Amino acid sequence: MGEITLKIDGKTVEAEEGLTLLQAAGSAGIYIPALCADGDLEPYGGCRLCIVEVEGWAGLHASCTTKVSEGMVVRTTSSLIDSVRRTLVELLMANGHGDCLTCPANQRCELQKVAAYVMPQEGRFRGVEPAHPWDESNPFFTLDMNRCILCGKCVRTCDEIQFLHALDLAYRGYETKVSPDFDQPWVESICENCGQCEAKCPVGAIYERARLEGAPSAETRTICAYCGVGCGLYLLTRGERVVGVRGDPENPVNEGRLCVKGRFGYDFINHPERLTSPLIKEGSRFVESTWEEALDLVARRLSEIKKEHGPEAIAVLASAKATNEENYLIQKFARAVIGCNNIDHCARL
Amino acid sequence: MTNSIGDLAEAEAFLVIGSNTTEQHPIIGLELRGAVRRGARLILADPRRIDLARYATLYLRHRPGTDIALLNGLAHIILKEGLEDREFISQRTEGFEAWREVVEGYTPERVREITGVEVDDLYAAARIYATSKPAALLYAMGITQHTSGHQNVLACANLALLTGNLGLPGGGVNPLRGQNNVQGACDVGALYNVFPGYQGVMDEEARGKFEEAWGVRLSGQPGLTVVEMFNAAHEGKVRGMYIMGENVVLSDPHSRHVQEALEALDFLVVQEIFLSETAELADVVLPASSFAEKEGTFTNTERRVQRLRQAIPPVGESKADWEIICEVAKRMEGVDPVQWEYNHPSEIMEEIARLTPIYGGISYQRLEDGGLQWPCPDGDHPGTPILHVGRFTRGLGHFSPVEQIPPDEEPDEEYPLILTTGRVLEHWHTGTMTRRVPGLEWLVPEERIRMNPFDAAKRGIEDGDWARITSRRGEVEARVEITEECAPGVVFMTFHFAEAAANLLTNPALDPVAKIPELKVCAVQVERCKD
Repeated sequence: MGEITLKIDGKTVEAEEGLTLLQAAGSAGIYIPALCADGDLEPYGGCRLCIVEVEGWAGLHASCTTKVSEGMVVRTTSSLIDSVRRTLVELLMANGHGDCLTCPANQRCELQKVAAYVMPQEGRFRGVEPAHPWDESNPFFTLDMNRCILCGKCVRTCDEIQFLHALDLAYRGYETKVSPDFDQPWVESICENCGQCEAKCPVGAIYERARLEGAPSAETRTICAYCGVGCGLYLLTRGERVVGVRGDPENPVNEGRLCVKGRFGYDFINHPERLTSPLIKEGSRFVESTWEEALDLVARRLSEIKKEHGPEAIAVLASAKATNEENYLIQKFARAVIGCNNIDHCARL
Repeated sequence: MTNSIGDLAEAEAFLVIGSNTTEQHPIIGLELRGAVRRGARLILADPRRIDLARYATLYLRHRPGTDIALLNGLAHIILKEGLEDREFISQRTEGFEAWREVVEGYTPERVREITGVEVDDLYAAARIYATSKPAALLYAMGITQHTSGHQNVLACANLALLTGNLGLPGGGVNPLRGQNNVQGACDVGALYNVFPGYQGVMDEEARGKFEEAWGVRLSGQPGLTVVEMFNAAHEGKVRGMYIMGENVVLSDPHSRHVQEALEALDFLVVQEIFLSETAELADVVLPASSFAEKEGTFTNTERRVQRLRQAIPPVGESKADWEIICEVAKRMEGVDPVQWEYNHPSEIMEEIARLTPIYGGISYQRLEDGGLQWPCPDGDHPGTPILHVGRFTRGLGHFSPVEQIPPDEEPDEEYPLILTTGRVLEHWHTGTMTRRVPGLEWLVPEERIRMNPFDAAKRGIEDGDWARITSRRGEVEARVEITEECAPGVVFMTFHFAEAAANLLTNPALDPVAKIPELKVCAVQVERCKD
């Protein structure tokens, strides 16, 4: 693929052949508002906010579906472009709820970001007050069609990333809505609950209900603890609690994708049944103890058994859930401290 | 995996056998679905009509425990039709002729008798796999959890050798490892017969190296594997056990036997994040921190070592497993505490790298951005995405003749059905973690014995009825789900649910080499119970 030279807003831009104008502008640091475009999805051209003018071409063109070509001269803003964009955003606002402060997507909403750029006016259009019932059938996330802008990202994500196509845009005109197969409650559809659509929703139409309990205050890049695929993810935390997960788009294994366990299976971490102090069995029940007491007891009993019955009378099980470092240490413990090779784990189970 | 998850996309065809990929390795499942949509052909061989069957070009439903016959049968057809990769066989392999003689006995008609797969489907599968290049073979516990587990794996490898599908992107023999760090636990020596990096305990040179590093004399006698440990405990030979983060009462075959073994011990210490069914039996329970509360590394199924990072402080007074092990070790009689002083897991990795050639170039610094795939022998090595490129680790690829062996336990009049076990997408292993996630528990709250309509009707069982499932080792009650997913004669259960623990039923018979239990086949009876 060759390099192509074009001009965007008077700036000379080098772009690889095959890229779209939106991508070329983005990598040159030129902002073009867009709501339906996504680097992980095929170009769609649905929201029309990314319109630009190209010298010598009639009309306005969606930059997300227009490929770069040699010598192109592109303008991303003009009085015509600005007024069309403003109208588009006003129409989106007229058909939805404007209660941003109580929206689960507040401050991470793409529509807010676009609106801040195009500065729409209030009240030029009055749409039908949407009154869709929420679909809360899924245990993790809600579909609130009243906030949907019909960008189709969720539909395309399910089709192009999950290869499942559990969602589609159903009905026509004002009746158009995002619908699981056969317009049935979400949880009864073929959906696999991966939550990838929720992660891609640019507004508050599909949201994880756990988000309503407060936004995370920090995130940590790490690795999923379930299966052997080893997906990269961020643990979202609030104080000392894990309150959410998002996929790590930079991880070469999963490129941001996660399954239902990886994305939503985190409640066990701060579960009230977690063991929080050592336990020693007295009779048939456990009694809480200090670490000193428990560690001394373990070391004393193991030493006694070793002395009395030999090292082969002790067996150690490592864990495929623990880290490499921990497994290394426990096999070192079995071999160098206990003195035998009775060390194994559930590799075969 | 000989190959990487990323290069599966380059395969023109897939042979998936004994892997419920879309449920058990969902992100690899996405790679398969995507490849099929782009035109790759997928052959699925599985006794159950799993979700992946919907995406398969060809689905083969062979009887549980007949994998060798099936794989040898495919090889037989490939040879008969002259579709083998002769150049690869002559330049890069050995043992072909001896193996060929064995495979000649696996005529399509005989294979049909053994496996139940139609002759036309055998031909179609053989042609797809042999005429597409590269073709990737994927398998999981459906291949390994048999008394013939290691031969099953060899039969897979033979097929890839025959078609020259090793050492190239999009090809390979790709076992999908189950647990997040089962690959890593094996790599760093949590096995009865090898030190870190698969250096044999019987190898004097390797042993000498570890004796010097750890400052003690080491045993050159291989130890006990997990199932053998429980047998030894029954016999009073093993008197004490230290279990870190495993719920063996639910995960291991023949649960009653496991429980009795643990109860027979003089002393049991369990290191856990929850009071699991196994921890309940302990004399001392040590509270461990979860993955969110500690630093370390995990190694995934494609041999990629990746960094785990701490997101929150340890819950309660729990401690990371590595800290607890050091504390116990330092208190043991005659231990040099210097051997157990680590300030951070990165120092443990430095020690691993020094002693483990395949991890020689791994360091926390290098893992900052993305991971590294072993073998990675030194600090400048970029890691190895594909094994056996140009040359096999052992030199030439070896064709190993393997014959079909029946499972240890076959259906009879008393126990006429085959039980095969597995997991579902929404739960993990014994449910210690996922059953404490309300959303997942809500989605799949209980066990269902999955059964073909034919078998159900014969027993007067309707969908949702309670049934008792019995094997020679125990019995369990659960509701029945009637489904065509199971062939007549085959029932399926998961082992997620303590209240209907499938492993009370399963057979602990072992593969003599790999010591893996036959969790995928045991004989059972099912009858309606409770109105």
